[in-house]
Amino acid sequence: MAGRRRRGPLAWLLPMGPALLLLLVFVAGPILWCLHTAFTNAAMSGAAARAPEYVGLDNFHRVLTDPELGQAVWLTVVFTVGSAVLGQNCLGMLLAVLLHRRHRVVRNVVGGTVVAAWVLPEIVAAFALQAFLTADGTLNAVLAALGLGGQDWLYSAPVLAVVLGNVWRGTAFSMLVYQAALAEVPTELVEAAQVDGAGPLRRFWHVVLPLLRRTVVTNLMLVTLQTVGVFTLVYVMTAGGPGTASQTLPLLMYERAFGFGEIGYGTTVAFVLLVVAGTFAAVYARGLREEV
Amino acid sequence: MRIVGALVAVALAATGLTGCAGSSGDGRTLRVVYQRWGDFVQLDQHLARTKAEFEREHPGTTVELVPVVAPENEYLPKVRLMLRAPATAPDVLYEDSYHVNADVAAGYLHPLDDHLARWPDWAQFVESTRQAGRAVDGRTYGVPIGTDTRGLWYNRRLFAQAGLPTDWRPASWADVLAAARAVKARLPDVIAFDMPAGRPVGEAAAMQSMQMLLHGTDTGVLYDEREGRWVAPSAGFADALRFVREVFASGLGPTPAQVADPYYSKSGKEELTRSGRVAIRLDGSWLPGNWLSGAPVEWPEWRQIMGTAPMPTQRGQHPGRVSLSGGWLLSVGAGSRDKDAAFAFVTKALSREGALAYNTAASDLPVRKDVAADPRVGEQNPTIAFWSSLLEITRYRPTLVEYPRVSQEIQVAMEQVVNGADPEEAARAWAERVRQVVGVERTRSG
Repeated sequence: MAGRRRRGPLAWLLPMGPALLLLLVFVAGPILWCLHTAFTNAAMSGAAARAPEYVGLDNFHRVLTDPELGQAVWLTVVFTVGSAVLGQNCLGMLLAVLLHRRHRVVRNVVGGTVVAAWVLPEIVAAFALQAFLTADGTLNAVLAALGLGGQDWLYSAPVLAVVLGNVWRGTAFSMLVYQAALAEVPTELVEAAQVDGAGPLRRFWHVVLPLLRRTVVTNLMLVTLQTVGVFTLVYVMTAGGPGTASQTLPLLMYERAFGFGEIGYGTTVAFVLLVVAGTFAAVYARGLREEV
Repeated sequence: MRIVGALVAVALAATGLTGCAGSSGDGRTLRVVYQRWGDFVQLDQHLARTKAEFEREHPGTTVELVPVVAPENEYLPKVRLMLRAPATAPDVLYEDSYHVNADVAAGYLHPLDDHLARWPDWAQFVESTRQAGRAVDGRTYGVPIGTDTRGLWYNRRLFAQAGLPTDWRPASWADVLAAARAVKARLPDVIAFDMPAGRPVGEAAAMQSMQMLLHGTDTGVLYDEREGRWVAPSAGFADALRFVREVFASGLGPTPAQVADPYYSKSGKEELTRSGRVAIRLDGSWLPGNWLSGAPVEWPEWRQIMGTAPMPTQRGQHPGRVSLSGGWLLSVGAGSRDKDAAFAFVTKALSREGALAYNTAASDLPVRKDVAADPRVGEQNPTIAFWSSLLEITRYRPTLVEYPRVSQEIQVAMEQVVNGADPEEAARAWAERVRQVVGVERTRSG
């Protein structure tokens, strides 16, 4: 170990170099640009489009007093917790456990069905959901055929609609992660618990789940950060409406930056989103650090 | 990181819509950017014809048509994003005249005065429409394609069934609502009164619904030109919101769910109109463009079925009717490398024959005198005379740089009322937001 350390930073810089460069250009770059723009009145048109001026903390002051911000933050948390943390994560785990060691045909049929929604491009999945849930959509047609009255789901329950939509679309990822992890659980541990008289629930809770703990936290981190910024799905299904009933932070950001043409202010909203995502990430990072 | 990713993705999606990163800079390719959406395909068809002729007459020059498939409120940011990047900057673009000042201030447009001075046809354009492309700096930045007026369309067959006159001429808002109630009572499945509303229609809700109402009230204006102040708080604005509330709360209008559904305004409303399920529409002169031959779905019976009437003022106050006009231009982008060729394309598209073909197909009101005088215009569309008569009293939106943000606030207020908010409260909140947006010193109450 000591001998290795003496070779200096080149030892890790050389292989890490390309990745580091890409991260700097495509991650740190835009964040810095965002930070810079948030202090200006940069706009899509007008004089501020040609020569943006520095406006100090005006945008930050405005974002904190924006009447729509609180609701947007709340909806973003509801959407993320509902569709990623509870929906995709729990459903994905359930599917993975239920499919574990089943017949190959069952695994392929169920797994294929779940993965199909994930393979679709986001825009296609969103249109499919829109066509399914809209007033004269498939769901209402099926309900009518069964003699049940339908309703305009995207209007009457927009948040539930986008949450369920995102669960449908994203569960495959969690399922695949947990399937891989379950395959690594040593069978002798499970069998030993079985011999000791533990039922399936206890075996899962006390033996399997502790072994999967790091996988769970990693998966939560990934799906949460994928979900916090979801734009296309919500935009196509409800466009944040009706009114602002399903306007999550990415949609608020889009409306301010591109609808109102206020790029500077839009990037400030982006920072609020960064704070929300960062809070989730910090919680998970703690979970990863603590050893079992 | 996700956020920036999302922002970049949005920007890319917006600019890279056409997926081709062709170069506009080689002088042999002209990039023409315009809107195509729903039933609005006439410009697309017209520019395709113009491209074919232009390329024949200018060998070696390729015209790249870049239709932006998006509703108006998304067309605008997409084109502006294209204008910001040299790789996507259009040579010729379809520009809403009320954005000219903002886009000139941003340095997006090229002044055309020198070119226009050398173009004999320019004298054929009606003076008032020539001003549509003139910015506050006194220079002209676009050639008008056509203009429009706004008012009421009604279905004569439904009116007859509801026991209403088939030569309807309402004198006040109360008359309009009474007719709508009569239709609803007799024909409960019909949308009695439709007006643009909701997030998906964007600017149309602010202009075509709210300002059409506001201009018929005693307040009368959104922006006081003489004093240079925005009118907020505004009694007329609250009255307009009360009218909106009446339409949507009592079920005369489309349901709030339809209003929230982008597909309703994109094509659903047209389908319902053709199948006789909409009685009155507060809309505009261009509707026959959706019905004439050449439209995606032709509807020859419209001449017998659809009647027109001016939108009345609130209680019949002078001048008794209200109209708002807008107008679109073909402009030359400041980033164009071959502005002469770009302007040549504009003159080709809006020559006498070109303008005639487009105006008749799209049912736009002509802006060229020689086209307006052409008998072929009225042949296709007998309502042109009625809509042109509204040009006497028509009004225009303020072209100020802050107008789009005031308009956004109007849309928000209207949408709140459509979804059940109290009109007084929405009007108060709107006035508060406008005072924030433009500055208290630039407002007055009225």
